[in-house]
Amino acid sequence: MTDAILPPPKKDPQKRTRTQTLPSGLRSRAALGLTAAAAEGRFMLQVCGECGALQYPPRDACSTCLSTDLPWRDIDPAGELIAETTVRTSTNTYFRERTPWRVGTVRLDAGPSVMCHVHGDVPRGGRVRIINRLDKSGQGVLYVLPPEGTPNMEDDPQLREITADPKFRRVLITDARSENAVALAEAFAKAGASIIFIGEPEGWRPYPHRAALEAIPNVQIVPLDVTDTASVAELAGEIGGKTDILVNNARFVRPGGIMDRGDTVFARDEMEVNYLGLMRLAQSFGPAMRGRGADGDNSAAAWVNILSVYAYSNMPAFGAFSASSAAAYSLSQCLRAEMRPGGVRVMNVYTGPTDDAWHQPLPPPKVAPAALARAIVSGLKDGLEDVFVGDVAKDLIERWRTGAKVLEREMSETDGGGA
Amino acid sequence: MAGRTSRRMGYEGVVLAAPATTPYQRFSKETAHWWIARALRQSLQSAGLSPRDVDGFSVSSFTLFPDTAVGLTQHLGLTPRWLDHIPMGGASGGVALRRAARAVQAGDADIVACVAGDTNHVDSFRRMLSSFSRFAQDASYPYGAGGPNACFALLTDHYMSAYGATREDFGRICVAQRDNALQNPHAVMKKPLTMDQYLGARMVSDPIALFDCVMPVSGAEAFLVMREEDARAAGLPYAHIRGSIERHNAFPEDPIQMRGGWAMDIDELYAMADARPDDMDLLQTYDDYPVISMMQFEDLGFCKKGDGPTFVRERDLTIAGDFPHNTSGGQLSAGQAGAAGGFIGMVEAIRQVTGTAGPTQVEGARTAMVSGFGMINYDRGVCSSAAIISGAGT
Repeated sequence: MTDAILPPPKKDPQKRTRTQTLPSGLRSRAALGLTAAAAEGRFMLQVCGECGALQYPPRDACSTCLSTDLPWRDIDPAGELIAETTVRTSTNTYFRERTPWRVGTVRLDAGPSVMCHVHGDVPRGGRVRIINRLDKSGQGVLYVLPPEGTPNMEDDPQLREITADPKFRRVLITDARSENAVALAEAFAKAGASIIFIGEPEGWRPYPHRAALEAIPNVQIVPLDVTDTASVAELAGEIGGKTDILVNNARFVRPGGIMDRGDTVFARDEMEVNYLGLMRLAQSFGPAMRGRGADGDNSAAAWVNILSVYAYSNMPAFGAFSASSAAAYSLSQCLRAEMRPGGVRVMNVYTGPTDDAWHQPLPPPKVAPAALARAIVSGLKDGLEDVFVGDVAKDLIERWRTGAKVLEREMSETDGGGA
Repeated sequence: MAGRTSRRMGYEGVVLAAPATTPYQRFSKETAHWWIARALRQSLQSAGLSPRDVDGFSVSSFTLFPDTAVGLTQHLGLTPRWLDHIPMGGASGGVALRRAARAVQAGDADIVACVAGDTNHVDSFRRMLSSFSRFAQDASYPYGAGGPNACFALLTDHYMSAYGATREDFGRICVAQRDNALQNPHAVMKKPLTMDQYLGARMVSDPIALFDCVMPVSGAEAFLVMREEDARAAGLPYAHIRGSIERHNAFPEDPIQMRGGWAMDIDELYAMADARPDDMDLLQTYDDYPVISMMQFEDLGFCKKGDGPTFVRERDLTIAGDFPHNTSGGQLSAGQAGAAGGFIGMVEAIRQVTGTAGPTQVEGARTAMVSGFGMINYDRGVCSSAAIISGAGT
């Protein structure tokens, strides 16, 4: 049975903040396939394209028939824990600081045996299910859970190392004026976030859901305009040292591509909010978050970007907006690399058209704010790096992976090729 | 083809001589080159040879980087016509022996010096673990970074639940080896070990506790392989090679390691040596953890699979006992000098069957079995080797 974690005490400012150490991030190129699957929370292994043999550890050639065709496939995560140990001393500083650490060997029903991290509630020799997640160094690792949920299981210290659970963490959500703000704040309140800061641009201008925001427990509305460097820096100076999860929710969306817009006014606004807004937030909040990756139960844990899935492939009807999303997507990859030494996850949530005023003429399906908020909170609880929310985003990424050029041609149809 | 029955050629006319051990140190500022040079020199001096007489050279080491055996030839001033580098850790002694013996038998070399040595700097063990092998880097080191302690803890945990072995059963192996080590002036461990101390030691990676683990040290071991007539002419004590086996990645379908490659080849080893388990006057197993010694008792035919715990309860594993085992104290009590851990049993066995073991000498020992095991590439030891050697005895 997992002990529930308690609300972390107020931080003693005289105490040194613990430096984030990391588990080994060295991997072969083949093993990065596990990492790519973990980014989306999928348990995948290599399966020989010729003889069907499952491979583990990741290989460059099939250990049954020597074929080099080894695609990654989703695998049944069920198995049995056939051996276990509790590591009490380690040559690696990260683990040394976190011992005792439970490790085991699982014989998968699908075949091979795999070495895994083991949740404290898994019984000796019992049936288990495996999840594939990113560890603090951002690499895929296999983790064993009990076959069914147990009380407080999300509080297991080893599990909390690979998740970014909002429980007892302090969250900053940007852009109070966005239609998503209420749903996001409600979802984080429900997930146990201890403080929910909501950044409000242009506070002098009224907007309909301000009262609803204020009514949510633990919400604090704070001034923040992501297009204003001074505003971002000022807020970071106040709460940067206690921002554990940052949700970059500000988006500027207008329809149109190149020739049906007569100027670059909206394009500039899109870049100011969607691209430079991310840059400003990252420059002001990034260093403090990166420095607090190992700061106890309410350590800095994750940075969330809400991006259009059209970052992957331009949707001409929203062509300039898509371009700003692509810029933000590219910058998020840079942010991910820069955050990695601090063990802080950068989670991108890709959405298709959202159910709001600027997407009003588009046909369904559209992503409702509550669905977006649910996807963000569950992605954080799972410690994911890439979340595709809604049918449009899921469909688009599948098509992009199958053939980006084919998708580009499909997207140029007026209806986005159904996307 | 696996399972072929054609008879292998014996090792008649080839012998092992001039066993040398450079006394181990816990940490060293010196390099592997330094340690290997010391053992090589000691072995050659005891045989009355100079480096110029060596025309075959076999090296095992983890810490020579960026060098290999090639760099060592120039570094040590050797001009061999036969050169080998054996990256098999704990299995390297048996493998070095059988390769060198064939070279001498075929006339490709007259005198092969087999040397294994490693240095142990303050941080070298951690560095080695983090990049030991690709599979370890990808699939075991990220899981707690417990290194071999954690891997063997898993094997031990599984062995205990499968066969009812207790910690005390493993303790019998460790306590007996400490007893043997007290006779070996070069052993790193110098204090007696009681069963209570063994059982009361702190856990390192459950069920592996402190005295189940070897102490990484710096050190080197060496021996020479040459023609019998040359050894006799030089007046050297020598040992015959009666048989040898090696196997890699045996039983890959086993979900966890419960047996080593010896189980595939042991009948061939006894047939080649025309011997039975009862004929062995002593046994040197590879003992980085006691569970693997217990598996060797089984896989080498001294008892049935799963009877290891009963076997150690019924036998006395000390020098004076009815089943002398790891008579120098083994790695568990003498220390693990990297790849030299794959030679410690071989070098001690050569001393034993030639009656030159001094304080650890088993009375009347003429025939010994030496087995090696190495390279936890991912979740199990991949390499195994074994040999039976005989000498004139005391």
